Amino acid sequence: MTGRRSNALTIAMAVLLIYFLLPLFWLFVASTKTVGDLFSSFGLWFAHDISLFSNIKQTVTNDGWVFTRWMGNTVFYAVVSAGGAAFLCALGGYGFAKYRFRGNAAMFGAVLGAIMVPTTALAIPTYLLFSKAGLVNTPLAIILPSLVSPFGLYLMRIYAQDAVPDGIIEAARIDGAGEFRIFFQVALRMLAPGIVTVLLFTLVATWNNYFLPLIMLNNPDLYPITVGLAAWSSQASAGGGTTGAVLSLVITGSFLSVLPLIAAFLLLQRYWQSGLAAGGVKA
Amino acid sequence: MSVDTADRRLGARAPGRSQGHRQRRHGVTHGRTGYLFVAPFMLVFVAMLVLPLAYAAYLSLFQERLIGGTVFAGIGNYTRALTDPRLLHGVGRVALFFLIQVPIMLVIALLAALAIDSGLLRVAKLFRLGIFLPYAVPSVVAALMWGYLYGRDFGPFAQLADKVGAAAPKFLTPDWMLGSLANVVTWEFTGYNMIILYAALRAVPHDLYEAAAVDGAGAIRTAWSIKIPALRPALLICVIFSVIGSFQLFNEPQLMQRLAPSVIDSGYTPNLYAYTLAFTGQEVNYAAAVSFLLGAVIVIASYAVLFITTRRSRA
Repeated sequence: MTGRRSNALTIAMAVLLIYFLLPLFWLFVASTKTVGDLFSSFGLWFAHDISLFSNIKQTVTNDGWVFTRWMGNTVFYAVVSAGGAAFLCALGGYGFAKYRFRGNAAMFGAVLGAIMVPTTALAIPTYLLFSKAGLVNTPLAIILPSLVSPFGLYLMRIYAQDAVPDGIIEAARIDGAGEFRIFFQVALRMLAPGIVTVLLFTLVATWNNYFLPLIMLNNPDLYPITVGLAAWSSQASAGGGTTGAVLSLVITGSFLSVLPLIAAFLLLQRYWQSGLAAGGVKA
Repeated sequence: MSVDTADRRLGARAPGRSQGHRQRRHGVTHGRTGYLFVAPFMLVFVAMLVLPLAYAAYLSLFQERLIGGTVFAGIGNYTRALTDPRLLHGVGRVALFFLIQVPIMLVIALLAALAIDSGLLRVAKLFRLGIFLPYAVPSVVAALMWGYLYGRDFGPFAQLADKVGAAAPKFLTPDWMLGSLANVVTWEFTGYNMIILYAALRAVPHDLYEAAAVDGAGAIRTAWSIKIPALRPALLICVIFSVIGSFQLFNEPQLMQRLAPSVIDSGYTPNLYAYTLAFTGQEVNYAAAVSFLLGAVIVIASYAVLFITTRRSRA
């Protein structure tokens, strides 16, 4: 915009940036160290031996490849929940934006109000309902509650309003296309950036989910990575002298678990930024 | 409770409203299809959100007795909750957390967003992505990581203090714990808030800036008089999300509990308390009442924020 650049401002921001990146740098450095080096060398720099690959191998294969299993579970829960949630939001947001029907405003108002309902307040009653229905300790216990995203619906409604012009819908109707055909063949493509935004945010929410799987699952084979790492960390802090090996697993596991999401955010930045713009500006 | 009544109010108002005749003209042919589009979402919404909420409300009206099993208790659980010192302490603690942590986080996010938007920075994109990056880190990993950083055995802060011969900072002691948790949460969410604010800034019409420049306004004056007022709706979203986040604080204290069991008891935050009641204490009905009450507190606090800010902006 302007040709002027401020060095003072850049330096101040660099200090801030260090605060946000240093812990991640520490995590990377720590995952390259043997347990001995972890205690004996300075935390923010590499030790003499780089044992990143042997740490990774140990973490991944430990206890019958359970870490790999947790990662796989996380990917499965996150992709199915986020895909389902984004699809429901796209369908619903388009419906609320483009059709007038009795109760439209009332239902949308109810969903808006629900944005403020904390998910953790729902978790305990949901657990009790699910345990009656025999759903506890199954993947559905994680996926079903994650399919609802009131904020996603709100974003999609706002997005659909402008992204799909009424004229195009009318034109398609005159051509004799059915309402669902219009949605799937015409509107869906125009909604794509909004859908990716919702997809990404529900993906993060499920990927990071801890409270729900913590209460719903007690079979380690079904754990997502968050609950698995927490279980390892409590092993590490509970045991006395033999905790070293587990400690290294927690650290390297933590490092490995953040890589996929960081990659997804960097690759898809165009989408989440535009999506947040739509949500934040028009609220 | 307040969600329920708010919804019912909306529901009662809408059908009788003036939408009626507009609907008849346009909606006859396509109106039904509208229901089909929103039905899948609404179905899951009712099953996974409204139903658990209603079930919590129902459960909260009963009590389990050693003799006689589960009996109707009316508002018994609520009167117990409202006089339960552990719960009240927890609520007080998260309220304090909200009042201190959220302003700090939002000021940092606001300043960072303004700096990135000002065009005065070198490598602005690096700052934008770098500050946002912690949002991609699961809060479990963030809490574990900061727990190790705070620790005395191999945490870099303790190591540095040792080197210069100072006492290691006591991050995990009763006096420091809330601040240490606030730091973790600030680290996780500043970037997220910054991106919301930055996105809103990008949408401010540029001719406003040019007009301000013609009038001789500098970067700071422009930020104060044009940008910050334009950010009001986005800031409101940030505050409301922060209310929700602060009051249901769970992951970070639950994981830090292992490092400092004597500092973080099971009533440290209301959510931790509800969890403990339900899963270690087997007091399901009381836990439901606590959950429900917590939800109500969050909704009321959010509406209070909305009410205060919108009223002030109109005055």
